[in-house]
Amino acid sequence: MVSPIGVPVDLVVVGAPARPGWGTVLGRFVRRKPLGAIGGAIMVVMLLTAVLAPWLQTHDPIATEAAYTLGRPNAEHWLGTDHLGRDIYSRIVHGAWASLVVGVGSTLLGSVLGGIIGLLSAYVGGKTDLITQRLLDILQGLPLLVLALVMSASLGPSIRNVIIAISIPIIPRASRVIRASVLSIREMQYIEAARALGVRHLRTAFRHILPNTVGPFIVLCTAQLGSAILVEATLSFLGMGIPEPYPSWGRMLSVSAAEYAQKAPHLVLFPGIAISLAVFGSNLLGDALRDTLDPRLRGSR
Amino acid sequence: MKSYIAQRLGIAILTLVGMSIVIFALLRLAPGDIVDILFSTAGYVNESEKQAILKELGMDRPYWIQYLDWVRQILTGDLGKSYRYDVPAWDVIRPLVPVTIELAVLSIIVAVVLGVPTGVISAVRQDTALDYVLRVFSLAGLSMPSFWLGMVIILGMVSWLGWIPPLTYVRPTDNFKAHAIQFALPALAVGYRSSALIMRITRSSLLEVMREVYIRTAWAKGQAGRVVIWRHALKNAILPVVTVIGIEFAFLIGGLVVTETVFNLPGVARFLVQAILWRDYPIVQNLVMFIAIVVIFSNLFVDMLYGVLDPRVRYG
Repeated sequence: MVSPIGVPVDLVVVGAPARPGWGTVLGRFVRRKPLGAIGGAIMVVMLLTAVLAPWLQTHDPIATEAAYTLGRPNAEHWLGTDHLGRDIYSRIVHGAWASLVVGVGSTLLGSVLGGIIGLLSAYVGGKTDLITQRLLDILQGLPLLVLALVMSASLGPSIRNVIIAISIPIIPRASRVIRASVLSIREMQYIEAARALGVRHLRTAFRHILPNTVGPFIVLCTAQLGSAILVEATLSFLGMGIPEPYPSWGRMLSVSAAEYAQKAPHLVLFPGIAISLAVFGSNLLGDALRDTLDPRLRGSR
Repeated sequence: MKSYIAQRLGIAILTLVGMSIVIFALLRLAPGDIVDILFSTAGYVNESEKQAILKELGMDRPYWIQYLDWVRQILTGDLGKSYRYDVPAWDVIRPLVPVTIELAVLSIIVAVVLGVPTGVISAVRQDTALDYVLRVFSLAGLSMPSFWLGMVIILGMVSWLGWIPPLTYVRPTDNFKAHAIQFALPALAVGYRSSALIMRITRSSLLEVMREVYIRTAWAKGQAGRVVIWRHALKNAILPVVTVIGIEFAFLIGGLVVTETVFNLPGVARFLVQAILWRDYPIVQNLVMFIAIVVIFSNLFVDMLYGVLDPRVRYG
C-alpha cells in the first residue's frame, strides 16, 4: 500500500511509537500504584454488587419477618436481621446500587455543570470571569453538608432530588479546577493557531481546549465521588436522603441504631463498613489517578 | 495592606449578601410550611385560623418584603422569632452555641495533635512501610463517616467496658468528669477525620520544603535531624497547614451536624437539622447565615495570618 505522496505507508507508521494497549497501561498502573489498584478493585466489586444485586441477594431486601427481628448473623441470615426482621446482607447488597447511583450521578452532574462554567468563564475571561467566580464563592461559602441539607430539605426526599442536592455544592469546586487548567491551556500556541485559522470561539473552547482538561476532570470526579457517597449516607442517616423503604446504607444506620446497639451491634457495624469501604476505595483510586494523570499535583492534597 | 483588607472585606460582605439571598430563596422553595406542620400535629383544620397565624408570623407578605425585613433584623441584631417555640430565635440559639464551640475547639485540638506529627513522620520516612501505614490510617479517617465512628466508639464502650456514656447533656458545673468524657468521645470521632486532611497537607508541604537548598545546607553543616526537620523545615511548611486548619475549623460544623445527633449533644448543628425538619425559617436561615459568616471570616482571618506567619507574604 502506498500513501498519497507516494511513500510506502509502513515507513510512515514505523516513525511513530506504538501506543501502549489498555492491558499494558493497566498493568503498569497496578505495579506503580498498588494502593490505587486496590481502590480500583474495591470500586469494581461495588459496581458488580450494585448491578448483580437481584442475583446476589438471599432474601427480599424489603420483606419484613416478624419472627426474626434483631437476629444475630447465622447461616440463614449471613449478617443478621434488623428491627423489622429484614435481611441485612440483602439490604447492603441493594444499598450499593443506591449509593453508587447517587454518588456517581451527583458527581457527574456537578462536575459537568461546574466544568462547563469553569471552561466558559476562563475562556471568556475579564469581567465575566470575575463575576462568575464571585457568584461561585457564594455557593462555596457553606459546608458541603449544610448546603446539601438545606437543598434536600427544600426539594423533598427522592433519589433525583438527593442527586441534585449533592451536585450543587460540587459545581463551584469543579469549576475552580477546570478554570485553572483552561487558563493555562488558553495561552498555548495551538489555540492561537486555531483562532488564526478562523475557528469560532465556541468551537475552540469545546473542541480544542476541553479535550485537554480530561485529566484534571477525571481526577476531580474520583476525588468528589468519595465525598458524594459520604454526604448521601449522612443525608439518609438524618432522614433527608433516599426515602424508605428503599435500602440505603446511611438510612440503615439511622434506624435508632443507638437503641439497638447493645442487643444487635451488627445493625450498626455492617452498613458502616460498607460505606467506609466504598469511600475508602474511591479515595485510594482518586489519589493514585491524581498522581498518575497530574504530575504537577504529585504528593499534594 | 489597609486597602487590601478593605477590598477583602468588601468582597466578603458582597458574598454574604449573595448567600443571604440564596438561603432565603432555598427555604421558600420548600414544599409545606410551618403552619401546615403545626396544623397537622395539632389537628386544626380551620382555614381562617391558618390565615390568622400566617398573618401573625408575617408570612402573608410578599417575599421581597419578608427578605428585607430579615436583612434589617440581622443588621440590628434581632434574629426574629422562632415559629415553633414562639420565643425570640436568639433565646433558642444562645444556649446551644457554647456546646458547639467547645466541641469544635476540642475536635481541632485532636486533629492537630494527631495530624501534624503523623504528617511529619510520614514525610520524613517517605515511601517506607511506616509511611504507607500512616497514609492508609489517615485515608481511613477520611473514609469513615464520623457519625458511624461515633456509634462504633459507643458500641465498643458498651460491649467491652460495659459502660454507657451519658446520653443526656451534662453541664461542666454539675459533673465535670462526665462532661469531659461526653465531649472527648465525639471530639475524637470528628477530630480523627479532620486530622487526616491535616496529616496529608503536612506531609506534602514538608516534602516540598525538604527538597530546598537551605535544608541541604542545614544537613551539610551537621545539624541534628530533629532540629532540621522541626525548626528549619516545618516552619516554612506550616503555612498550607494553617490554611487547612482554618478551613477545617469552619467546615467542622458540617461534621458536627451528625455527631451531635449521635451523641445527643444540644448544640447548634444538631438543632439545625431539627429546625429544617420543622420548617422553622427564622431559626434555619439565621443558623445557616451564622455558619456562612463563620466560614467567610475564618477564611479572611487565615489569609491575614499569612502576613504574620510568613514575612515574605506582603499585601499590596
